[in-house]
Amino acid sequence: MTKVKCAIIGPGNIGTDLLYKLMRSDVLEPVWMVGIDPESEGLARAADMGIKTSAEGVDGMLPHVLEDGVQIAFDATSAYVHAENSRKLNELGVLMIDLTPAAIGPLCVPPVNLEELISRSVMNVNMVTCAGQATIPMVNAVSRVQTVDYAEIIATVASLSIGPGTRKNIDEFTRTTSAAVQKVGGAGSGKAIVVINPAEPPLMMRDTIYCETAETPDQEAITKSVHEMIEQVQKYVPGYRLKNGPTFDGNKVAIFLEVEGLGDFLPKYAGNLDIMTAAATRTAEMFGTEILAGRMELKAIAKGLAA
Amino acid sequence: MTQTMESQIKGKRVKLHDMCLRDGMHSMRHQIPVEKMVEIASGLDAAGVPLIQVTHGDGLGGSSLNYGRGMHSDEEYLRAVVPVVKNAKVSVLHVPGIGTLDELRMAADCGAGCVHVATHCTEADVAEQHVGLGRELGLDTVGFLMMAHMTPVDALVEQALLMESYGAQTVYCVDSAGYMLPDEVTARIGSMREALQDETEIGFHGHHNLGMGVANSLAAIASGATRIDGSAAGFGAGAGNTPLEVFAAVLDRMGVDTGVDTFALMDVAEDSVLPMMSKPPRADRDSLTLGYAGVYSTFLYPAKDCERKYGVPARDILVELGRKRMIGGQEDMIEDTALTMAKDRGLMGHNSKGDKALA
Repeated sequence: MTKVKCAIIGPGNIGTDLLYKLMRSDVLEPVWMVGIDPESEGLARAADMGIKTSAEGVDGMLPHVLEDGVQIAFDATSAYVHAENSRKLNELGVLMIDLTPAAIGPLCVPPVNLEELISRSVMNVNMVTCAGQATIPMVNAVSRVQTVDYAEIIATVASLSIGPGTRKNIDEFTRTTSAAVQKVGGAGSGKAIVVINPAEPPLMMRDTIYCETAETPDQEAITKSVHEMIEQVQKYVPGYRLKNGPTFDGNKVAIFLEVEGLGDFLPKYAGNLDIMTAAATRTAEMFGTEILAGRMELKAIAKGLAA
Repeated sequence: MTQTMESQIKGKRVKLHDMCLRDGMHSMRHQIPVEKMVEIASGLDAAGVPLIQVTHGDGLGGSSLNYGRGMHSDEEYLRAVVPVVKNAKVSVLHVPGIGTLDELRMAADCGAGCVHVATHCTEADVAEQHVGLGRELGLDTVGFLMMAHMTPVDALVEQALLMESYGAQTVYCVDSAGYMLPDEVTARIGSMREALQDETEIGFHGHHNLGMGVANSLAAIASGATRIDGSAAGFGAGAGNTPLEVFAAVLDRMGVDTGVDTFALMDVAEDSVLPMMSKPPRADRDSLTLGYAGVYSTFLYPAKDCERKYGVPARDILVELGRKRMIGGQEDMIEDTALTMAKDRGLMGHNSKGDKALA
């Protein structure tokens, strides 16, 4: 069966975990991985798995993109270089799935708005943050039942699962998530709180979602919607589980989740990283299905016009 | 040769930092009226307290469903308090992950002169942006390492050095759980003093859950701390902070120079702060449990709420939170833990009063 060929930019933990997931996909086929360090373990591992690699970044792959038929690229590098990566690949008609906080394309949370993004044939989607991927489906599960004036999410992640990049830029992480809770989740306003816990053995990712509804919450409808949404997320993150709730206290709805990773390359407690790579894979698979069925055609974005 | 405590601290100069309008916000469930804040801050200022902290209990941006909404916004409090304070500096608490840089800019714009940038004791590296901005804004910038009992002394020192490297002018050892005993304070503060540059000040922030606020603060001064947090009438999370008027009186007798008028401070505590609560913070069995089990002090009232709601004793919930090594900021896990415990104990779920005999 024909698959959509993919490239991964960034051979770190996220990139490698993505590679494992793509290897299993019925729709996607990883063919390239690029980095900037010739000594990179991730590149060596990918090469062993039969993937073409370059230590010269995206530029090392560009001359081969068309002949190798790369149609989707995942960027797991940093916000600082994403715009350039995206411009270069968009010009060759490659769709970008952005796992950095750059967010130059629309924010994507698969069970909430992926269909709509596909219908718009966008050429760059951003995967928000791990906290956003874990919590926004729940905000949406409430807001699709009735108006949510305010949503607040608390994401707790294991210290070992949070790298130096996020730590240095925790303010962007917090603000990007808050904005997405509102924009994608569908709340009137949003707030995100991030806690990093160093316990040993490391704690599983925990997420709490509070929604304040405008009117008295319809407990039955919200509970049903929450369970349905959890099933949707479980399609790509099987360890996405409701621990407690939803509870109702006046107009406040509380939902308590745990996110266990698949443990492909990353440890299982790092559900926060797994949900990013799983959501990115899911997104690419949905686009890929459309491409294979001929319902979507990737168009090169002319020089100077790409984001 | 045995040294007396007095011989170790006599003649030192120490800055007292009042917390009743920030940590005390926990006692008041963040519901201190603006005019009351103004009254207390003016009183503290007149008593010569050099630093007065004013923020939601969980710092800038803390007003939330998770931590409780403030009666007023941080900005409303700061705009009201800063202009009435003549000599003292108004400080704010800022926890990366809760508050954002915009909120710190707002506080500086309101005239705050000092910021405590707080992280868990092992996670100083999330504070780089915030400490950096504090310095850029010209604030007296403090790195505030919370729950410091949870990490070994050497590891705490490494984190203190990180805070210093980001630009923190003062680094605190924070006993958020009120768990430490004086020797533990001595070990931490002493090692920090040895490792940090001479010009970096060291501070100690205590909680009174084991009644050790005053003793621990003395130990901190003896081993090199020059800033001590306390709170008029002891208002603060758990059994409260080191009662500042008591500590000032002790320091007077021991010949430590604080510049504070002890009688005036007693009057603020007695006449302005204390009347706010019918049951002021004390080491009841739940607060005592915080200190005994090493649990974050602000978990106290939400745990009591869950006891009422789900029938699981607050003490049991707090012990379980300690066992799960929950840290500051994880207030959401109190209800989650209570719900799980209520289910496990067959107390049913929502709104069950339950049968406490089962617990």
